[in-house]
Amino acid sequence: MSVKEHIKHVSGSKKRNVTLYTLSTCGWCKKTKSMLNDMKMEYDYVDVDLLQGDDKEEALGEVRKWNPACSFPTMVIDDNRCIVGFKEDEIKRLA
Amino acid sequence: MAEMEIREEAVESIYQRLKREADSGGYHLNPDIDFTKDLIRGLLTNEARYGYWSCPCRIASGGKDEDLDIICPCDYRDPDLTDFGACYCALYVSRAIARGEKVAQSIPERRPPPEKRKPQKEAEHSANAPESATELPYPVWRCKVCGYLCARDDPPEVCPICKVPKERFERFM
Repeated sequence: MSVKEHIKHVSGSKKRNVTLYTLSTCGWCKKTKSMLNDMKMEYDYVDVDLLQGDDKEEALGEVRKWNPACSFPTMVIDDNRCIVGFKEDEIKRLA
Repeated sequence: MAEMEIREEAVESIYQRLKREADSGGYHLNPDIDFTKDLIRGLLTNEARYGYWSCPCRIASGGKDEDLDIICPCDYRDPDLTDFGACYCALYVSRAIARGEKVAQSIPERRPPPEKRKPQKEAEHSANAPESATELPYPVWRCKVCGYLCARDDPPEVCPICKVPKERFERFM
């Protein structure tokens, strides 16, 4: 297995490639997902706390690459920048 | 990962207890009740998974010793309340936010990254209990969550201020 197999896809309008790393228990992660849903954005996400073993380590490594604090939510945009935390204004600008 | 079902009565009763304890201890729960109860569901989920209340907004290692600083209330709650008006997950907020004068925001992570956490723990151990402490009639213990200090042979079973258990105390002097 690898993280790729756990990634969930949410369809919507696609302007950017958005991959969201979240925790299933986190309030800010939920707010981020629901904001993207309201914006009808297309995105991929994975709840890292639901992964185990190598898959979890692989996902944490990926998050750390973009956000050394390894905090959630971490949103990777077009594979070249990231938004850490629930930043409403920054997320709004993605539309 | 199989998840246990979280009972709504449990969420409600924990919400009432935390609110009572916060109000009597000078703290405030987030006034957004739905958001707050969702965090409590996260705490209960983590209790079922790991056996303790790991912060719902942080990734748990699953090892209690390693996660001790992020067990709710976490070691970072009070400095985050001072600097940002809310703790990291925003379960606890400042009076201004509790009164609706300000809104809780997602804040930066204060917890050091894993590679910095271990050395810090070791440094803490060697820095504690300095030479002069031997001249004191009792060692002084500090609650790492709220800063409560007491001079006695051992820390109390439960912090009388913030209710965290003995293991959250450090030797201060």
